[in-house]
Amino acid sequence: MTAIRTLAAIRFGYGLPLPAGAPDAVPAMLAALAGPDRAAADWPIDGLAVIQPKLAQLRKMKGAGRTDPALIPVYDQLQAEISAAVAIAERHTVARALDARDGFRERLVAFWADHFTVLARPKSDAMLPYALVEDAIRPNIVGSFSDLLTAATLHPAMLTYLDQSQSVGPNSFQGQRREKGLNENLAREVIELHSLGVGAGYSQDDVRQMAELLTGVTYDPRIGTRFEPRRAEPGPETVLGVTYAGEGMDPVRAALGDLGRKPETAGHIARKLAVHFVSDTPDVDLVAALQAAFVASNGDLMAVYTALLAHPAAWQPQAEKVRQPVDFVVASLRALGLGGADVMAMSRNSFRAKLQGAMAEMGQPWKKPKGPDGWPEDASAWISPQSLATRITWVMQAPEKLVPTLPDPVALMTACLADRAGETLIWAVSKAESIREGVGLVLASAEFNRR
Amino acid sequence: MDRRFFLRGLAASACSAAAHPLMTTVTLAGSDGGRPLGEHRLIVMILRGAMDGLDAVQPQGDPEYAGLRPTLLRPDAIDLDGFFALHPALGGLAPLWGAGQLAFVQATATPYRYKRSHFAGQDMLEAGTGMDVVADRVRDGWLNRLLQAMPGLSAETAYAIGRDAIPLLDGAAPVRNWAPEAFLDLSPQARLLFEAVYHDDPLFAAAASEAMELADSGDVGMGMADKGRERTKGVKLDDVEKLVTYAAGRLRQDTRIAAFSLSGWDTHRGQAGSLDKALTRLQYAIVQLREKLGAEVWGQTTLLAMTEFGRTARENGTAGTDHGTGGTMVVAGGAVRGGQMYGKWPGLAEADLFEARDLMPTSDVRAWAAHVMQSLYGIDRALLESVVFPGLDMGGLQMNGAPGLIL
Repeated sequence: MTAIRTLAAIRFGYGLPLPAGAPDAVPAMLAALAGPDRAAADWPIDGLAVIQPKLAQLRKMKGAGRTDPALIPVYDQLQAEISAAVAIAERHTVARALDARDGFRERLVAFWADHFTVLARPKSDAMLPYALVEDAIRPNIVGSFSDLLTAATLHPAMLTYLDQSQSVGPNSFQGQRREKGLNENLAREVIELHSLGVGAGYSQDDVRQMAELLTGVTYDPRIGTRFEPRRAEPGPETVLGVTYAGEGMDPVRAALGDLGRKPETAGHIARKLAVHFVSDTPDVDLVAALQAAFVASNGDLMAVYTALLAHPAAWQPQAEKVRQPVDFVVASLRALGLGGADVMAMSRNSFRAKLQGAMAEMGQPWKKPKGPDGWPEDASAWISPQSLATRITWVMQAPEKLVPTLPDPVALMTACLADRAGETLIWAVSKAESIREGVGLVLASAEFNRR
Repeated sequence: MDRRFFLRGLAASACSAAAHPLMTTVTLAGSDGGRPLGEHRLIVMILRGAMDGLDAVQPQGDPEYAGLRPTLLRPDAIDLDGFFALHPALGGLAPLWGAGQLAFVQATATPYRYKRSHFAGQDMLEAGTGMDVVADRVRDGWLNRLLQAMPGLSAETAYAIGRDAIPLLDGAAPVRNWAPEAFLDLSPQARLLFEAVYHDDPLFAAAASEAMELADSGDVGMGMADKGRERTKGVKLDDVEKLVTYAAGRLRQDTRIAAFSLSGWDTHRGQAGSLDKALTRLQYAIVQLREKLGAEVWGQTTLLAMTEFGRTARENGTAGTDHGTGGTMVVAGGAVRGGQMYGKWPGLAEADLFEARDLMPTSDVRAWAAHVMQSLYGIDRALLESVVFPGLDMGGLQMNGAPGLIL
């Protein structure tokens, strides 16, 4: 029987060995989560407050930044600053996962970042997805889901990614004058992906009404997120039977708040959490318990996480989930004894080639899922012949480039799997022909790749 | 017992190379000595993100089109039949049209309606079911059910190539999975140890076994041109190049069925630019397949490019289009009765649109796929309508005067 502390580290964190001072039992994990966000402070990443002035300057220059000799140096400097901020952000994200005593928080941040997937289109927007995590997700992760939904939906990264900044009410002042119109993209995904879920009872009319309600909400880096009345579709809108009237952000916030409290939303979020952390086919009672906690607390996420960690099904000994490539690489680094400082000591090119390149080859290019639905959850989506071959090849070749001396495979196995190593693995590691192959067997084992 | 376990004994030792393009997936299926699939090749491409068929093949002869598509209408589109015109980014396919090796089915759709979710739409497209079945309850795809229905298919039955799952070929019939650049080189001892370590985990055991086997049979991926990054007009093509090279290599040998996916079709804004890229990639895939398959094999090939749904008839407010219903299927290959449009054209007048916004579907895209499988492989209609596509009615396909889509 696997110890709870082993499961806690592997299933709800980034694996063993735990950083010094990390909680290894449920009450302490929840207490850490309710406490200050230390990882964010230890490894800071720029939010919108830092990024927006740069984007504003770029916007003011428009195309001239690339053609006007007087502006080219300024333009290049701004792009270089953004690029440098990304280089820090991507490594600090890994450093947080490696070093955080509060591993459950980092896993939850990753879960919500995936739930609210945003992609950066132009290179100059490359910091926006990180800013969404810093500004909207981390501060709201233990609050109410409605607040999280509202913050993520109205964040410039989301407004940009899902085209909201271009959407104009067809009967608005601008819509009439400039023949611009509606774009349904954000409205649809807010309902389908972020709140109710596609299985819930809503119609194309609800999507359309939500899209009309959202018109006027726009982001311009020179001004920020604002409500632009001249773009807003006149008149009230009715979404899921509730009519929202009035001007400005208030009706939008009211609708997002309502969406965030719907029982269907509770069910959707409950299921997603259970699927992400426990099983692709989660225990019905586990999902019901999470949904009940969500409903009873009006969407208080701390209550939902508490219910998750309190439920026996969350601690089933069988590890059904597969570590996604990013988590697999992070867990491997941790197993090899690397911490945040080691990652920061890598050159940018080395970080990209050794770590991000590997993640991409395993099927998870860094921060680039295909669409707004984020990464797949099914174990089979991550363990195909080609992706498992890539994992095996990586653990056979990369460790000796990452650490000066390879660890003893048995010691490595004990450190990163504790009581989860199976008898066959213990036997096989002792039979490996080289330390390199022994290390590879441990890190490529099903025990290490599952959680 | 999973066939892949059985095959492990055949594996020798070596390594192989094969790549998985970033946004693409291929699946291949092969025939055995009994060759129940004969020499006919079927390639199915899934265009993920909802291709705007009304832009790819522009119905410029429809009096409503110019009004609905003020910025997207392309005066430089290539006339096909006096009514439809080919988007210039597909201009490289015009010779195929002229040679009777390219056709389009207009106004077609899966049975999926109303919510216009990409993800539910793709699930239904690949599961091959109707609205009466919850798509996520169906664990296999229609192309796999075709394989299940064909007794005697052997080891080379199917592969999925690329990083992504391709649910179209998921299911009980053995399907191979590989990527053109995947690589595995293990010592004999390490190989034995991995087989032991994975033994009790079926997912890992099956994947590792197949990886070892495919790494051994690695002639196909190795022959690939190791060119620099292939690009046309700034469009990334090297992944498509690897994909089609790998697929063509297999199809020239024992493989008879292949499925790819290409992404990049979700053109909510600035469609003129983004669709151009996606079409350039699609065109490249088709042209390269034809070249790499060679005249003889291409002559026995049918390629179907299907998407989860079409897009709104009207441009939206951001020079793009939103999720719609009726769409377009691309059909290419030497086995195709091409040079013509298939399907009944519903018209673009407001009253003719589905829910006053989308092109009205006039056929079930599954019926076209079933018709192709029936024509190529002689599969019984009742089987197609009950097992491969449960609940499908193949009646009522509009051949527009042609005896069928396949020569």
